[in-house]
Amino acid sequence: MTKDTKNPPIDRVDGRLKVTGGANYFADFELPNMAYCVLVGSEVGRGTITSLDTKKAQGAPGVLGVFTHQNMPPIPGWDAPVGGEADGPAPKPKREETYRILSSPKILFDGQPIAIVVADSFERATYAASLVKATYNKQAARTELEKHLSEGVAPKGADGGNYLRGKADAYQSAPVRLEANYTIPIEVHNPMELHGILAHWTASDKLMIYAKTQGVNATQQAMAQAFKLDPKNIHVHTEFMGGGFGMGLRTWPQETAVVAVARKIGRPLKLVVTRSQMFTLVGHRPYTVQTINMGADTNGKLVGLAHAATAETASYEDFTEATVNMTKFMYDCPNVSTRYRIVRLDRSVPIWMRGPGEATGAFALESAMDEMAHKLNLDPIEFRLRNYTETDPEHNRPYSSKNLKEAYQRGADAIGWSNRKNEPGSQREGDWLIGYGMSTGVFSAFRWEASARALLKADSSLTIQSAVTDIGPGTGTALTIIAHNVLGVPLNQIKVEYGDTSLPKAPTQGGSAIVSAVGSAVFDACTAVKKQLTELAIKEGGSLAGRQADELIIADGVLSVEKEPRKKVALSELMRANNLTVIDKSADSKGGSEQSKYSMYSFSVHFVQVRVNPLTGVVRVSKAVSVADSGRIVSPKTAASQMIGGVAGGIGMALTEEASIDHRFGRFVNNNLGDYHVAVHADVPAIETIMIDKPDPIINPMGAKGMGEIALIGFAGAVANAVFNATGQRVRDLPITPDKLLRKLT
Amino acid sequence: MNQFQYTRVTTPKAAVSAISTGNGSYFLAGGTNLIDLMKREVVVPERLIDINKLPLATIEKTATGLRIGAMAKNSAVAESELVKKYVPLLTMALNAGASAQLRNMATVGGNMMQRTRCAYFYDTAMPCNKRSPVQAGADKGQTNGPVGCGAIGGINRMHAIFGASTKCIAVHPSDMCIALAALDATVNVSGPKGDRTIPFGDFHRLPGDTPQKDNTLLPGELIMSVDIPTNKFADHSHYLKVRDRASYAFALVSVGVAVDMKRDTIQDIRLAMGGVAHKPWRLIEAEQFLRGKSATEANFKQAAMLAMNGAKGYGENDFKLTLAPNSIIDALKTATKTA
Ligand SMILES: Cc1cc2nc3c(=O)[nH]c(=O)nc-3n(C[C@H](O)[C@H](O)[C@H](O)COP(=O)(O)OP(=O)(O)OC[C@H]3O[C@@H](n4cnc5c(N)ncnc54)[C@H](O)[C@@H]3O)c2cc1C
Repeated sequence: MTKDTKNPPIDRVDGRLKVTGGANYFADFELPNMAYCVLVGSEVGRGTITSLDTKKAQGAPGVLGVFTHQNMPPIPGWDAPVGGEADGPAPKPKREETYRILSSPKILFDGQPIAIVVADSFERATYAASLVKATYNKQAARTELEKHLSEGVAPKGADGGNYLRGKADAYQSAPVRLEANYTIPIEVHNPMELHGILAHWTASDKLMIYAKTQGVNATQQAMAQAFKLDPKNIHVHTEFMGGGFGMGLRTWPQETAVVAVARKIGRPLKLVVTRSQMFTLVGHRPYTVQTINMGADTNGKLVGLAHAATAETASYEDFTEATVNMTKFMYDCPNVSTRYRIVRLDRSVPIWMRGPGEATGAFALESAMDEMAHKLNLDPIEFRLRNYTETDPEHNRPYSSKNLKEAYQRGADAIGWSNRKNEPGSQREGDWLIGYGMSTGVFSAFRWEASARALLKADSSLTIQSAVTDIGPGTGTALTIIAHNVLGVPLNQIKVEYGDTSLPKAPTQGGSAIVSAVGSAVFDACTAVKKQLTELAIKEGGSLAGRQADELIIADGVLSVEKEPRKKVALSELMRANNLTVIDKSADSKGGSEQSKYSMYSFSVHFVQVRVNPLTGVVRVSKAVSVADSGRIVSPKTAASQMIGGVAGGIGMALTEEASIDHRFGRFVNNNLGDYHVAVHADVPAIETIMIDKPDPIINPMGAKGMGEIALIGFAGAVANAVFNATGQRVRDLPITPDKLLRKLT
Repeated sequence: MNQFQYTRVTTPKAAVSAISTGNGSYFLAGGTNLIDLMKREVVVPERLIDINKLPLATIEKTATGLRIGAMAKNSAVAESELVKKYVPLLTMALNAGASAQLRNMATVGGNMMQRTRCAYFYDTAMPCNKRSPVQAGADKGQTNGPVGCGAIGGINRMHAIFGASTKCIAVHPSDMCIALAALDATVNVSGPKGDRTIPFGDFHRLPGDTPQKDNTLLPGELIMSVDIPTNKFADHSHYLKVRDRASYAFALVSVGVAVDMKRDTIQDIRLAMGGVAHKPWRLIEAEQFLRGKSATEANFKQAAMLAMNGAKGYGENDFKLTLAPNSIIDALKTATKTA
């Protein structure tokens, strides 16, 4: 075991590469004879293509081919369901739709690709794409969730979308009751880097892929299935990713199509989608409508809680997420019921977006907790403490670790919670109203299966390998620190190689699981190296012969006897003495029986101070404090960056982000970065991050739980609660834009 | 993007004669609006006449006020010591617009000529009378996509509450122009038929039946400069921009206020609003009401009420009927505060 000490806040190991242009993202790769393609999107939301004129495009300069449903090369594996379906095949789709890109004239969503135009340059492909003209037999596109709420279907899964503990309607007889509806709009990940793929058939059955994927192994698997190839013949490379937030968690149909077309034209083929295609072709956070029913007794003890959510999905694929899960276990309440439904609309399919499901659910639950606290005239933290639970009421088992009380306290101290007045609308600074709000966030702490390899060379430099992609959270940095902690090799002599299927298999980067999963594999591989070193040292004739393994410590490239520091041997010397040029250990790592004995979650608490202009309805987040209770923090600096990024995303979710559809056309009206408002610097105050930094004794050898998701989950609720505290007005539909607040203020 | 010709000119004369030969020619200034419109095929020029080399970027003091060249960059104007000293409202309005990068490229002439940000105008798959006017003989490059007004009955949060028509409810998006309208600027233009000066209030127009026309510039005319007359407003100017995020978003509503105060009394005042009409919206009645009055909230409320005469919402933008008067009050409060 590593010693139970805090880790050093080292800089991001790939920081220099990133800021000097040395990091290569998929679109940076240029191959000889490479061609470029551009997708032409449908301009109707539902219907059938009646004519498709590609002649002009075909004749345009540099064009190598135009592929439509009439001449698309076949994708052999697509007789079977396409890989990547979010939650397995739908139980019994009411409408039998399938979406196979460019296989039929049927249009299932606005922006659906109707042609792939290939040319010898991106510009020429773009121009030629503008010459493709289609006519449609148009049908009304069903895109408005609110109009189709009654068509919700229960998702596949053990509980059929329903959960019950105790009595479902207990809240009704409670002395204090709340019923409220909450809505979140479509949000789009919109990382800076556009999505796409570069496909290169290096032989008739061998494929090289540079992609924007959060999991190279998953992409390899999906392509193997689509093209009926041995996965070994598919090499996928994604070392760096310019932001994912979930959009790279699956292989998208157009990626597969590009691979098929590349084979057909016999040249490497690159696709980079446009910004507006980022709104329709690579998923989004689904529009979701929620209702919370809550009942409490006059002492502020929860009596009953019911949480229902209905979310949109596509007509051709069911996407589900854990929207109502938090309600099942967050608070001590004997009677809890949840209900989750999806509605199949004429829309492209959603995908997980940072804090998937929980971010949506937490907004509703934590807003409702605040509303109830107000009804009870209780401080919102006090109300949460009265319903605090030390064990997981959903599964009736202990948490692997939970320090949420401490998190409440430290966050409250940092924001100056004592300055908050329970009476809403009672604080002013000049013409601005001031309010404070807080909210809890929670996300499962996973430990998936992962492999890693550690190579210690005779010069005592260490290479760590794993196929995992670093989508930006600092995976390389965290793995460096873990290896350093086990093997004592100086940080600057450790190199992490990742993001390539030639390396040991790793899960897709998502679910805040990578430090736990891949980190454990690295820990195990390094531990195996250490074991061999130790054995070499203490064996007969070894430099520390006669010593016991547990007497030794390893640090700064030296193995020594802990109590007698002068008894030591340098790792390089030890290896040379044994004629070893390298010690090479691989490890496959996964959790054990503890996984079913404990509930494992990361927790966060967000605190904000807002300023609201009562005349204009403008809200500004003026202070933000986010506290993470996610076990031992492996890489303090990049972990803090994660929290800061989550807060920036949370401000966007709370105040500005919404992809709007004109339902008459089923078409987005703000599908660009000028009109889809992510938070900009001026929206984001200095953010204080606090790490509880106490190791979880159960989950993995590092004691570390994930923190990518909890950075965002709950934040929007904290803002909504602060706005209420400032104004006495409750906005239950995100984002809280000036128009919504103004309607209530006047 | 279609193929087009590209010509660079170095004198205003050459610019005017170049633009007058053949249809489908456009001046290219900073390109921050025109190039976007070309990429979206909203505008499909046959020829671009690059005017970036014209010697029209000077900002100078004249006998009657300030003269700002049409090619002066938005950032250069905002940073100009002359502008900051004599017409701070213009600096505030410019800095409230777009982003630093855009302001470094955008020019005064281009800013005045920028097209609306209405989503229906930008998307050639959606109806728009401004982009695809019904009348024949409009610019060749402006007949893309279906006619009609998508914003009426559609997503119109950002749209006009004053002076709109059944053909178009788009707004002019500029911040800079709100300040120029408030400050009684005049626009000097040069065209095939000679030079003329247009009062700023007459430069932009209401949509009526011809929403394709944003302004009264005649074919072939080049904006040379803008004159701002000397004023006594420098100590009491304020530009309030209410928007969906703190920076880099167009105005839901903006208010430009310039006041000449003597103690608590408003000697003279200029008021203009953005985000509410197809042109910068001067609040003449409110100005008249406030002249000679004391700077009290009651008076501001009364003025704001007067300013709202004739306002009409279209659904999603109904909130502007509240936001606009509130913003007027808020901006007046700030502008009349004595230091
Ligand atoms: C994402 C984004 C956000 C923005 N946000 C804002 C904002 O918040 N507030 C705001 O006010 N603006 C905003 N803008 C708009 C910006 O101010 C304009 O794009 C800019 O001012 C245009 O100037 P330009 O020199 O680049 O014009 P160009 O794009 O070069 O030209 C625009 C038009 O003006 C014509 N033109 C240019 N110069 C002359 C001249 N001298 N005589 C006659 N015609 C001429 C051109 O032919 C063309 O038709 C934003 C723009 C973008 C892209």
